[in-house]
Amino acid sequence: MIKNDNRFDVAVIGAGVIGCAVARELTRFTGSVLVLEREGDVCEGTSKANSAIIHGGFDAKPGTLKAKFNVLGNSMMDRISEELDVPFSRIGALVACLSEDDLPKLEELKARGEENGVEGLVILSREEALRLEPGLSDGVYAALFCPSSGIVCPFELTLGFAENAARNGADFRFSHEATAIRREGDGFEITAGGEEFFARAVVNCAGVFADRVRGTVAERDYRITPRRGEYMLLDKRAGNTVSHTVFGVPSKFGKGVLVTPTVHGNLMVGPTAEDIPDPEDTATTAAGLAKVRTMSALTVRGIPYKQVITSFAGLRAHGDAHDFVIREDAEIKGFFEAACIESPGLSSAPAIASHVAKMVKERLALSERADFDPIRRGIPKVASMSDADRARLIKERPEYGQIICRCETVSEGEILDAIRRPLGARTLDGVKRRTRAGMGRCQAGFCSPKVIAILSRELGVPYGEVKKNG
Amino acid sequence: MAENVKLAIIGGGPAGMAAAIAAREAGVGDIVILERDSELGGILNQCIHNGFGLHTFKEELTGPEYAARYIDRVLGLGIRYETGTMVLSVSENKEITTVSRARGLLVYKADAVILAMGCRERPRGALNIPGTRPQGIYTAGAAQKLVNCDGFIPGREVVILGSGDIGLIMARRMTLEGARVRLVAELMPYSGGLKRNIVQCLDDYGIPLKLSHTVVDIKGKKRLEGVTVAEVDGTGTPVPGTEEYVECDTLLLSCGLIPENELSLTAGVELNPVTNGPFVNDRLETNVPGVFACGNVLHVHDLVDFVSEEAGRAGVAAAKYLSGDGGEAGRILDIVPGAGVRYTVPSTVDAGRCDEAIHVRFRVRDVYRSCSVRVAAKDREIMVKKRRIIVPSEMEDVILKRSALEGVEGPITVEIVGV
Repeated sequence: MIKNDNRFDVAVIGAGVIGCAVARELTRFTGSVLVLEREGDVCEGTSKANSAIIHGGFDAKPGTLKAKFNVLGNSMMDRISEELDVPFSRIGALVACLSEDDLPKLEELKARGEENGVEGLVILSREEALRLEPGLSDGVYAALFCPSSGIVCPFELTLGFAENAARNGADFRFSHEATAIRREGDGFEITAGGEEFFARAVVNCAGVFADRVRGTVAERDYRITPRRGEYMLLDKRAGNTVSHTVFGVPSKFGKGVLVTPTVHGNLMVGPTAEDIPDPEDTATTAAGLAKVRTMSALTVRGIPYKQVITSFAGLRAHGDAHDFVIREDAEIKGFFEAACIESPGLSSAPAIASHVAKMVKERLALSERADFDPIRRGIPKVASMSDADRARLIKERPEYGQIICRCETVSEGEILDAIRRPLGARTLDGVKRRTRAGMGRCQAGFCSPKVIAILSRELGVPYGEVKKNG
Repeated sequence: MAENVKLAIIGGGPAGMAAAIAAREAGVGDIVILERDSELGGILNQCIHNGFGLHTFKEELTGPEYAARYIDRVLGLGIRYETGTMVLSVSENKEITTVSRARGLLVYKADAVILAMGCRERPRGALNIPGTRPQGIYTAGAAQKLVNCDGFIPGREVVILGSGDIGLIMARRMTLEGARVRLVAELMPYSGGLKRNIVQCLDDYGIPLKLSHTVVDIKGKKRLEGVTVAEVDGTGTPVPGTEEYVECDTLLLSCGLIPENELSLTAGVELNPVTNGPFVNDRLETNVPGVFACGNVLHVHDLVDFVSEEAGRAGVAAAKYLSGDGGEAGRILDIVPGAGVRYTVPSTVDAGRCDEAIHVRFRVRDVYRSCSVRVAAKDREIMVKKRRIIVPSEMEDVILKRSALEGVEGPITVEIVGV
């Protein structure tokens, strides 16, 4: 017998950016929402290790779901970032081609983009491109400029969706891996984390595991190949190497290596694209990191690789049909999927979520809630506020005057907020993604003992039980 | 609404305290030390091993004992200090923006500033070690803080990459705490730490030091499971076929220290790309008049005794600057690193008004045996000092006499000869 606490109208599998966005959109409607996540926190898979770009939408083939949701998602980002207090900046992107021979590729991208509904695309000569972006390499022949492309903080975006969903009543269960889903009456029984749940509808947002999740309830009619991408992140001193996102001309393995400032002022370079068998293998490799260097040098000159502060790898959920799978199952009514979400998945997340939530609403005959609150306020950031605001905040809450992370100027107040807020941090990485403590140039050398002490105190666990992640 | 202060010292570690004491003894009344941690002493507080103070006090002290000697003098001299105070920026006109729990946002307007922020450890990312990113990887200093201050042993099976002094000290510490230190791998063909630390921290405990080796892969998803160590060739490139997998739950990194000069940059201070510290003249003054630097923020030292000595000179120089005793600039000579020398501190000397004796500190590029340190100007040799062995991991010091600079045409070159 399933406990009443474990009975919901909708169960979302996966608390990455897609799952959290879907959960948030679902809370606009009547009906209870459950989110099941195998890891101990939101944003633990693809959502935490990607290019952090809100793409314009010129790369995807016209008519695909990627094209549709990317362009739509991009247009929604200003409002989303406002509502959820997420750093987002439309800095524009350049696709650099290296020879006259490649010019047709730029023209093709421009035509594709225009067909997809991307506005403002223009092909620039080398001179014009250099005026816009003096950091381009000597080999750049021409560039496609996309003004609507932007950069975002993917952690904050995922947290924003999740916290807002939780505030509006969604129930998140971490360390609950959905291992079996069974059709039962007018809904589904789900086994997760040693518990049984019931939901009238299920939304599969399980990232690189989505095909396996599907396989427990339906025929696996798509396959996901984890496609690993390796990145390097450089010190903020290198953040002004470029002021736009600079891509090379795309290939069948994706958009190639990009060079971009991040919303926090670092420089990011990557990714590689390598199909691998293990959906958990986020190891970096010497060859991959070397490739990032070689490829980036083609489009941007003088990247100061001595200032790398960390490198990482993420996995995209590449589907064998080369497009997103976004649907209600044709046979199993009530089983919804937002799967094979590789790039431009982050960009598409708001639009996918809105679309999927509406399908669920129709299926379950839900109605709009009058009391949905779309606003989420992030943690106050001492690093980026004015002196007047700092003075006011510390006067009110002295713990915001105690700086714990010196590199990123993160205060004890921010860390306490990160732990105490809904869906609060439970690990060093959880604190890091919410506050940036440990994200800076010393990579937590100085602040990790202090953050461990705070976590230990707040959670009431000994040092040895304070984990880096999971 | 800034608070005026004659001399602001950023950092209350060994450098900041010694600078403050010297400045006060040279007559500066209005001093404030700004310290981000909750107490004075800096990194000494976590260095509970002995070996400090042999030069300064002619006795062997632990880090906290050495710090206490200076803290007592700071207290005795009534020098003001603010702990828990983070400096967010220093402007070119010496406005220092701080935040603290106790006093909120506070801006100081100083007549002179001494930079004494110390240094940080080079993190894994900067070393470009491939592999996973599990729990169990710490810089040696972070592990030292956990073990010595917080009473937490981060692991039981340890590999140490880099033979910097903190790594060597931690090899011994972890062993004494019951962990098994499998090996210390060092990329270079020579150690990065002091000879005495190799002997006392590795040899005495039978811990192997593998020179010309590095970590080429890291395994483990949640928790570190092991690392792959390989030999490197003369260019630091791993040699295929030499890989060896070593099981461990902890990897400590002791791969170099980086002077922490982000604040210096906000003040417009020009940095030497070799040391990552400011360019300074013989008074330890940066290119920004009235802004001085000393200790590990200037260049990384091996011994705290030399930090204190150098910082004392910065304090005296700041006092002179504040009393208007600096005088007109005289005859400025460049001091440049020559053959075998990576850098010198200072990088200029004012032959017209410098002290009677000028310390020139430097590090060499490689291990040199039976050689000489030669200091020379274009037209003459200033000094030659014979050396049996000279190594990159030990800071060198030559003292130039002011009288020897009379009539010298710059620049002055410091070089290694007779190799």
